[in-house]
Amino acid sequence: MHVLVCGGTGCKTSESDMIAHNLRSALAQHGLSDEVQVVMSGCFGFCEKGPIVKVLPDNIFYVSVKPADATTIVEEHIIKGRPVQHLLYNDPVTGEKITESRKMDFYQQQYRIALRNCGFIDPENIDEAIARDAYQALGKVLTQMTPQEVIDIIKRSGLRGRGGAGFPTGLKWEIASKVPGDEKYVVCNADEGDPGAFMDRSILEGDPHSVLEAMAICGYCIGASQGLIYIRAEYPLAIERLKIAIKQAREYGLLGNNIMGTGFNFDISLCYGAGAFVCGEETALIHSMEGHRGEPTFKPPFPAEKGYKGKPTNVNNVETFANVPAIILNGAEWFASIGTEKSKGTKVFALAGKINNVGLIEVPMGTKLRTVINDIGGGIKNNKKFKAVQIGGPSGGFLTEKHLDTPIDYDSLTEAGSMMGSGGMIVMDESDCMVAMAKFYLDFTVEESCGKCAPCRIGNKRLDEILAKITEGKGTEEDLALLRNLGQVIKDTSLCMLGGSSPNPVLSTLEHFYDEYLAHVRDHRCPAGQCKALVHYYIDPEQCVGCTACARACPVNAIAGERKKPHVIDQLICIKCGTCVEKCKFNAVLVQ
Amino acid sequence: MTKVKTLDDLIRLRDELRTKLELREKGEHPEQLIQVKVAMATCGIASGAKEVMDYFIDELPKRNIAAVVTQTGCMGYCYAEPTIEVTLPGKEPVVFGYVNKEKADEIIEKYLKAGELVDGIIPQTFKKPN
Repeated sequence: MHVLVCGGTGCKTSESDMIAHNLRSALAQHGLSDEVQVVMSGCFGFCEKGPIVKVLPDNIFYVSVKPADATTIVEEHIIKGRPVQHLLYNDPVTGEKITESRKMDFYQQQYRIALRNCGFIDPENIDEAIARDAYQALGKVLTQMTPQEVIDIIKRSGLRGRGGAGFPTGLKWEIASKVPGDEKYVVCNADEGDPGAFMDRSILEGDPHSVLEAMAICGYCIGASQGLIYIRAEYPLAIERLKIAIKQAREYGLLGNNIMGTGFNFDISLCYGAGAFVCGEETALIHSMEGHRGEPTFKPPFPAEKGYKGKPTNVNNVETFANVPAIILNGAEWFASIGTEKSKGTKVFALAGKINNVGLIEVPMGTKLRTVINDIGGGIKNNKKFKAVQIGGPSGGFLTEKHLDTPIDYDSLTEAGSMMGSGGMIVMDESDCMVAMAKFYLDFTVEESCGKCAPCRIGNKRLDEILAKITEGKGTEEDLALLRNLGQVIKDTSLCMLGGSSPNPVLSTLEHFYDEYLAHVRDHRCPAGQCKALVHYYIDPEQCVGCTACARACPVNAIAGERKKPHVIDQLICIKCGTCVEKCKFNAVLVQ
Repeated sequence: MTKVKTLDDLIRLRDELRTKLELREKGEHPEQLIQVKVAMATCGIASGAKEVMDYFIDELPKRNIAAVVTQTGCMGYCYAEPTIEVTLPGKEPVVFGYVNKEKADEIIEKYLKAGELVDGIIPQTFKKPN
């Protein structure tokens, strides 16, 4: 028997290490260590219900497991064959217990290519990856195909860059392959910086060999023998697993000199980033790798002509690479049959925000936003109403109710006023103020702007100040026009895409939630009740039973009233902390 | 660690390693395979169910039979332990009683390989909901 324990960063912080340890010791106690194998796997994706433990071949999927449950799993399930009922997943609709992951709504609509091995193999054991065809594609490419044939397959597959811009990968490789040069580089961009995004981290943590193999294939195509992975130092687990994977691949001779006796040499090393958002931009990334400041430079020259150390360099994102071996083994036609006309294959998204099933998902291109949010995501938390979804991180836009039937692909999302981005998907409910959300993203951009160009450095700062003014109730209608105008100027005049897309959250909320902006500047009111300066807490005398719970909890003693009689909040003392709302059992505290 | 010197080496290595993961791959789609459930409650274990289960786990791959062997709780036929339930793809489950290694060998050779029923079947004495 195999017991898989999720070893992704999310589950590890919920002590999945301890779960595995306790499982092993309970098994040893019962003399079952040889029969039952405990494996730390990569991310299962269902982070909301983590830590996940899966028992095979019984195919039982346990959710929200605690270290103390390990003994129960061993004694009840492993020994007596009785699945532990309280650890099974409860279907939120029918209330029934579901034992198999593929019967859960969360997994039913998914199609896993890039995540094919995540949550299935032990990422620290190359043998398990090899058993799942790792390095077969590299072998096939090296022994049976010319670089141009490989490039043609990638081109025909329709694979586009998963880092955000969606540039056709095959074309990128072809350009790099045609540039003359005896020294070229393959770079993997693992500088995942969008707030709330963890797709690349999970792939590297769960299936590092898929990326290493694809980098070697790319090296063969463009004529490079050196690969570099630029990864942020704040991903310690991914770095650790990459190091182990590279070491094991070298030991087998799958990286290094004369790979599989074909005379092809390729090795990979790691380069650590300090976590600057701008370093996800390829020219800034290359400068950072060279030890310079992480600032973008004008393109052309593109990295394909003059990249790392001035040599031709091909930069691809982690998820893009993870798709490559599957395309080589299954064929371009297979990949091109999945997805929409212009966006092929699948896309991994990190679902976060006010949604029931927070986690990592992979869906075919063209899947509707509604399916992702309602079916896979399980709808909005606490039965609240859906308000907006933000795709593409600080560079993306907000989409609303009317966009829910938009198919997820590069072009449809751009057309709807957002962008594919790298795959962060943050869902907001009715209690989120869109002005405050726009400001949240802009705060991030202001912080992360490298400061090279004035429009981004100064313009975003000014945008942020205007938004601050509006959320404090001091804004005017002229400010709204100024926001639009300034936002457009920043977009038009910035050098790189960080500046070029940074006003998107502001512009798209202005477009879709203009009423909310108007309420802030005209009526000095925040409809969602989130902007503290604009809201007032008061007690509905009809609902209040005078239980004094709020008065006792109020940290500034702003609530007065006699027992069993309606209470009153003194607006001059109230600091709008919201404690009274939480304490009131009768929904008598209103926020407006 | 031996070096992978050619693509053939890699393919050989993969095929060898595959058996280690087979259990997981099969577990994802159990209905397409032969399922052998060994009753491993106290009564079953006391009568030697663990040895029978180990026998199935060891023998089936040796005889090239793709099957999933799992344990289950008490089936209620404590008088006939060890008991096993065998489900061939697309067929109703059949329960065999008094299964020792010799019986297990007979079940593998006749029922699993040829679909031929052997002695020792326990007729189902109950109905299940649904």
